This record gives sequence, structure tokens and C-alpha cells, in this order.
Amino acid sequence: MNQIVEKVLFSEKVAKFVVEAPRIARSRKPGHFVILRVDEKGERIPLTIAGADPVKGTIVLVVQKVGVSSAKLFELNVGDSILDLVGPLGKATEIHHVGTVLACGGGVGVAPMLPIVEGFKKAGNRVISVLAARNKDLIILEDEVRQWSDEVIIMTDDGSYGTKGVVTVGAESVIQREPINECIAIGPAVMMKFTSLLTKKYNIPTQASLNAIMVDGTGMCGACRVSVGGNTYFTCVDGPEFDAHQIDFDELIMRLGGYSSEEKIAWERYQ
Amino acid sequence: MSTNKEYLQNEREKEWRVELRKKIANKERTAKERVRMNEMDPFERIKYQNREVNLGLTAEQAQAEAARCLDCPNPTCMEGCPVSINIPKFVKYIEAGQFLDAAKALKETSALPAVCGRVCPQEKQCESTCFYTQKMKKDPVAIGYLERFAADYERESGFMSIPEVAPSNGIKIAAIGSGPASLSFAGDMIKLGYDVTVFEALHEIGGVLKYGIPEFRLPNKIVDVELNNLKKMGVKFVNNFIVGKTVSFDDLKAEGFEAFFVASGAGLPRFMGIPGENYNGILSSNEYLTRVNLMNAASDEFDTPVIRGKNVAVIGGGNTAMDSVRTAKRLGAERAMIIYRRSRAEMPARVEEVHHAEEEGIEFINLANPIEYFADEKGKVNRMRVQRMGLGEPDASGRRRPIVLEGSDFDIPVDLVIVAVGVSPNPLIPSALSDLKVSKWGTIEVGEETMQSSIPQLFAGGDIVRGGATVILAMGDGRKAAENMHEYLQSKHQ
Ligand SMILES: Cc1cc2nc3c(=O)[nH]c(=O)nc-3n(C[C@H](O)[C@H](O)[C@H](O)COP(=O)(O)OP(=O)(O)OC[C@H]3O[C@@H](n4cnc5c(N)ncnc54)[C@H](O)[C@@H]3O)c2cc1C
Ligand SMILES: Cc1cc2nc3c(=O)[nH]c(=O)nc-3n(C[C@H](O)[C@H](O)[C@H](O)COP(=O)(O)OP(=O)(O)OC[C@H]3O[C@@H](n4cnc5c(N)ncnc54)[C@H](O)[C@@H]3O)c2cc1C
Ligand code: SF4
Ligand code: SF4
Ligand code: FES
Repeated sequence: MNQIVEKVLFSEKVAKFVVEAPRIARSRKPGHFVILRVDEKGERIPLTIAGADPVKGTIVLVVQKVGVSSAKLFELNVGDSILDLVGPLGKATEIHHVGTVLACGGGVGVAPMLPIVEGFKKAGNRVISVLAARNKDLIILEDEVRQWSDEVIIMTDDGSYGTKGVVTVGAESVIQREPINECIAIGPAVMMKFTSLLTKKYNIPTQASLNAIMVDGTGMCGACRVSVGGNTYFTCVDGPEFDAHQIDFDELIMRLGGYSSEEKIAWERYQ
Repeated sequence: MSTNKEYLQNEREKEWRVELRKKIANKERTAKERVRMNEMDPFERIKYQNREVNLGLTAEQAQAEAARCLDCPNPTCMEGCPVSINIPKFVKYIEAGQFLDAAKALKETSALPAVCGRVCPQEKQCESTCFYTQKMKKDPVAIGYLERFAADYERESGFMSIPEVAPSNGIKIAAIGSGPASLSFAGDMIKLGYDVTVFEALHEIGGVLKYGIPEFRLPNKIVDVELNNLKKMGVKFVNNFIVGKTVSFDDLKAEGFEAFFVASGAGLPRFMGIPGENYNGILSSNEYLTRVNLMNAASDEFDTPVIRGKNVAVIGGGNTAMDSVRTAKRLGAERAMIIYRRSRAEMPARVEEVHHAEEEGIEFINLANPIEYFADEKGKVNRMRVQRMGLGEPDASGRRRPIVLEGSDFDIPVDLVIVAVGVSPNPLIPSALSDLKVSKWGTIEVGEETMQSSIPQLFAGGDIVRGGATVILAMGDGRKAAENMHEYLQSKHQ
């Protein structure tokens, strides 16, 4: 079970895995994620389902190497199996016909954004996607996103590809150009925070998909709690998507650092 | 059947029991002191997260304790046991030195005696209604210790009896969740010949017995032996499988499952909703215990991290709070504190655990309630504000209601806070089934005797019905559900 049938390196730090998971492939919807554990000693880490083939019974995961667990997953190759894989978790994205949708993806956040972009396109919307990363090598899934977008804008911090600048620069150029009915933001917390501030200025309803720290993913532990509109929610069962304008991003960013000293020690031990 | 007066009478009149009763005069029996559990030394045991505190009784100790039991004609102890174990029968077998028979007597009613002997709140159940407690104002027969002794003896003897299983009837049924309710349900149904599959969301089987209750109280290997027996009997376990998410109930029906037993537990932690509660270093007891027990976070070889606090405050007075605070002590806390809003007398935790916690140097700050948390510039908790409480009139639960003493606030320096103020029913199943009747607390509504829900082929039990109860009640529900589901399915297949 959970055998890796394909692995594609997008860059030194980002890879795509196609994994056998027939039941999940059939029941997942855009926005859903899985939790996996690479081996007996591993931790449970959440990863978004970036795509699925219900006939072949496979799901697609796109992983960025950021610490011990993602690095361990990175070491696996075609033919290897992931010890534990459970899902689909979270609430599916509410996909509907709204008109024009602006999808902003930062870094590896483009992977979870892909099925959502596909969904909105298939629901008859005009879709404009903004892909942003630090440099050209970190821009992923461009062709796939293009397939489901009316227009794709590429932004890089260093200008090595597309336009130089951060995601909000690209997004604002679109907003000033034409009316946008809804915005989706997926990426690092800081990127979502500033995208949200931007769309708030223009009163555009915005959904952000949060990457809170998780353990079980079933609502049992509360590690993933976030403040939205002054109330506490559990990202794994109430989210991962929330109304971006209501999210306390500063708290999210603070909570993402909750185990940073432990993670650093673990990384040094791993190396 | 086991509570049937006539049956009890017949059992009691068996020759071996009559003989045994005659051997020692009651006066002599009641003059004996209650046995003391052999325990690991407190200073030694707090160095180990995974060593059991209670070491068990020796055979001599167990037989001496069993001799205290008067083999009452009207054994009131049984009224205190939620599953009405035939207590005098198993205790007298111990006195007679027939330990394997004692274990068998336990298994007539309880699927997990090694577990219940360790974790039942005996002082509120069987031991509270023992003749000694009620009529003689003396220490009760140590029923829990004896239960544990018999079950451990059987397991260690290598002669563990695997119950007989009826020939397969080919009817597929599913249990959802793998805690004590499902395990006892599965055991009963497999014996009746059903094709039983247990689905579990986590990667480990066992529910709270694995992810919640720590090794120093309930070693995993004891639970594993029971799980292996169920496997040998033919129960199938599927982990990493969330019913309602991985597949729907309709999918399972299409795969041929004819009835379901939902025992998905009360796994939704409550927080208090006070300012600063989302700072780093403040977590639910579920998160803390899951990291340590399920993910082995205390061991360097495992990848999951856990915060090791020097000044640890645990909010609450139940078993979960005791387990958390004693875990924190074992992970190196210099100050491990219980902050509880009522007094010691109202604590819902097992008395033995409170006592063990005291021996281990846990500080009890009772009649106190947190009202706010403060953090450093990185958002890591460093201080909590606590309010003093007094006790007012008894409330609906009979416990005296805590009342705020205004102007009594004080601050405590902390670097780890564990919130153990209760859990709510796991909402996964109710939210997956719109026509399932649930109470306003989110528990699944079932017929009290049948455990059948508003959906006829769906039965439920354990914490998802009771909202945070005990292992033995969960097991009792599993058995009741099995009995009634059997009836339901038999009539359907006529
Ligand atoms: C719903 C959801 C979907 C996600 N989807 C993807 C995805 O498609 N691709 C991808 O590359 N990443 C995704 N992530 C993030 C991914 O889970 C983390 O990068 C991963 O857990 C880091 O583990 P690590 O040991 O490699 O790094 P660590 O050294 O543990 O940590 C590095 C960083 O990851 C964060 N992190 C650590 N542990 C967790 C955890 N258990 N859960 C969440 N974040 C954590 C930390 O805040 C830290 O910033 C998602 C997260 C969530 C919550
Ligand atoms: C720390 C702690 C200490 C305790 N100490 C004691 C004690 O000393 N004595 C005592 O009697 N009681 C104690 N209890 C209470 C006791 O453990 C519970 O009452 C009992 O475990 C409830 O059993 P259950 O079978 O209803 O569910 P649980 O043991 O809660 O198991 C439910 C299982 O269902 C799984 N699940 C949930 N939803 C799904 C789904 N949709 N699909 C598949 N699986 C699912 C969960 O992952 C979980 O593993 C303690 C509880 C805790 C948390
Ligand atoms: S199951 Fe629990 S309550 Fe019943 S006899 Fe055993 S220890 Fe006592
Ligand atoms: S009430 Fe006490 S003394 Fe009497 S049979 Fe039960 S355990 Fe023995
Ligand atoms: S990850 Fe545990 S509650 Fe969300």
C-alpha cells in the first residue's frame, strides 16, 4: 500500500510524488489533504492532494524539503512505500460560478492551488493565476496551471523569470485592470497575509488555505488551532480554508514557530 | 445472565466454594489488613516515562487478600461494577489458588480485565459497594488489584485461553474506532460468527488506551496481547481509515457491510477561551499525551517534537490532567503543578493516581482557575494569571460549585501549560450522517438498552454516546450493542 509509482524533481527542494492510494483517489476533492508518516520513527505531516487519478488509484503530492520529515520523504524513490497515509482530510474547497477568480500561489503553495484552479475553471469561471517564488527554479507546475487558467502571471523575487517582484505586485496589477469576484491565496503564511491585506483594500472575498502545525488531522489534539474572526477553529477539521480577511495571520505565523528550536535540533541530528 | 440471582446462588453453593468459606472464620477474615500494592519507588519511577508504577501482587499477597472477601450471599460489590462481573467467584478462585479459573470467570463478562484492573475507578465502583466499605467501615477488598493479578497471571502463564468462535455466518459488520468499546464489541461479534472489521483513523489500534493513557499506568504491551487475541479469533483491523472521509457509509454498504457500531470516542479537546490561550507552549492534554504516547516524542530517535517545560501547569483535576502532569514530571519538569478550580475532594481522577502524583512531588494548586496567559516577544508563554476560588452550594452533579473570589488574582511563571478541562464528542461521524440523531452536546442518541441509533443498522457506544466516561462503561456498551445488533441482524436474515 501507498507505493510511490512516480517521482519528479521540480527543483533541488521540490518534488512531485505519485502515490498509490485508491480509496483516497476516489473520495478526495479539491482542497483536501492527507497526513502521512514516512517510517516507524517518523512524525505525521500534512500534505495537500495536488491531483488524483481515480481510475489508476493514485494521488499526487508535491513536497518542499524544509525539515527532517519532508527530507525523509524526499529520500524515497519509485517502488518505495510510505508507511502510513490517511485522508482525505479537511473540508473541500467551495467551488462555484462567481465570474472572475484570481488565484495566487506562492512557492510550493502552487501545488494545492492546482486542483482548485481546475475546479473553478471547470465551473465556468474566468481564472487568472499568479505564480510567485523566490527564483525561476522554484516556479512549479506552470504548464499544469496554464491548462486551467485564462492567464498566468509569473513573479520572482529576483526577476530571474517573469516579472520581478512579490505576488501582491502581480495581483494588484490584475485587480486594477479588471473586476475580480473572488480570490484564492495559498502559500507561505506571510505571502497569504499580504495578499489578504491587498484584497481587503479592494473588498474582494478571499479564501486562504492555512498550513498550521498538525498532529492527528482529525480534530483530536488542537495543535492546528487558528483565530478567525475572533474565534478559535481547528484547521484540520474546520479548514484548511478560511475567510482570509478574518484570519489572524500574525498568530498563525507565531504558532508556526512553536517548535522551531526542537526542529533545529532535529535537523542537526538528521544531517 | 451474570446478575441473575439464581445463577449466582447456584455458583455460590458449589462444593468448592462452600468448603472454602468454611476454612476460615469470618471474624478472622475481617481482621486482616488490606494488601498494599507493590510500587516502584517515587524517586526512581519519575526517571522513566515507560515503567509501570504498580508492580502487581505476588501470588501469596493475592491469595491473602482474596481470603478477606466474605463471599457474601448478596454480593453488593457487583452492583458497583458497571458490567456486573461475578466478583466473589473470581476472588474465591484466587483464594483457592486456581488463578486460571479466576481469569476465566472475569472473561465471562469483561473483555479486557488486565486493563480494567488497572484503570477502573474502583473506589467509586465495585470497591465502594463492597460489604467492608458499606457495612463495616473498613478498607474494601482490593477487587481491582485482584482482577489485575488474575489477568496478568493468565497472560504470563502462556495459557491464555482464546475463546471459541462460531462458524462464519458470512455477515459483514464494521466497528468504527478501535477503543475499548469497539474491542469488546468485536470480541463478542466474532464469537457469534460475524465477519468483523474494525476501522481506525490513527495509525495505531487501541484508541485512548494507546494514545492517551501513559505507559507508566497501562503498558502498551498489555493492550497488544488483547489485540493479538482478537486478531487470532479473526477480527480484521484496518488503520489509517476514517469512516466518513476515506469512504462514506454508503460505500461501506456497497461493499457488503450490513451494520455498524460507532465508537469514535470523545476526542475533541475543550479549551477555556481565555486571553492568550493560543500562545505557543499552551496545548491540550490530547496533544501532549498523543505526542508522547503515540508518537514517542520523548525519545530522541523519533522525529515528533515535544516541549519540555521546567515550570509546567496542568489545568484540570481528572485522569487526563494527572496523566499529563506526571508525564511532564518524567520529562524533566522542576515544578509540575495541577491547577484545579475545586478542591481535592471533588477531583474526578482516580484516587490512586492523585495519591501517586503527590508521592511524585506534583504540586496541587486547588481552588484556583486560570484567567489569562502572557508570553515573551516570540509568543512563547511565560506567565499565567490565576484567580482564587471558593466553594458554594452543590450543583447538579452534587459537587460544590466553585465561586470566584474577587481580587484574589496572582501570577505563576510557566513555560508549558497543558489544558485538560474535558473533551467533546468527536464530530466526524455525526457530520457525515445528516439523518443521525445527536443531542445538543453532540453525542449520538441511542436506545439505552439497545444502543441502536436513529438509523436502524447503526449502533453506537462508549464516549461518543456518553461524552467522556470510563473504559469499563465503554466496554459494557460494546457488549450491549453486540447483543442487540445480533438480534437485529438475525431477525433481518430470517
Ligand atoms: C493542510 C496543510 C497542507 C500542506 N500541504 C503541503 C504541500 O502540499 N506541500 C508541502 O511541501 N508542504 C505542505 N504543508 C506543510 C508541510 O506539512 C510542512 O512543511 C511539513 O510538515 C514540515 O515538516 P519537516 O519536518 O520537514 O519540517 P520541520 O523542520 O518540522 O518544520 C519546518 C517548517 O514546517 C512547519 N511544520 C512543522 N511541522 C509541521 C506539521 N506537523 N504540520 C504543518 N507544518 C509543520 C514548521 O512551522 C516550520 O516552519 C501543508 C501543511 C498543512 C497544514
Ligand atoms: C488521558 C486519559 C486518561 C484516562 N484514564 C482513564 C482511567 O484511568 N480509567 C477509565 O476508566 N477511563 C479513563 N479514561 C477514559 C477512557 O479512556 C474512555 O472513556 C474510553 O477510552 C472510551 O472508549 P471508546 O471506545 O468510546 O473510544 P476511544 O478510546 O476514545 O477510541 C475512539 C477511537 O475512534 C477513532 N475514530 C474516531 N472517529 C473515527 C472515524 N470516523 N473512523 C475511524 N476511527 C475513528 C479515534 O481515532 C479513536 O482511536 C481516560 C481518558 C484519557 C484521554
Ligand atoms: S471491571 Fe472495574 S468496576 Fe468491575 S469489578 Fe473490575 S475493577 Fe471493579
Ligand atoms: S461485597 Fe466485598 S466481601 Fe462481599 S463478596 Fe463482594 S468483595 Fe467479597
Ligand atoms: S491536527 Fe490535531 S486537531 Fe487538528
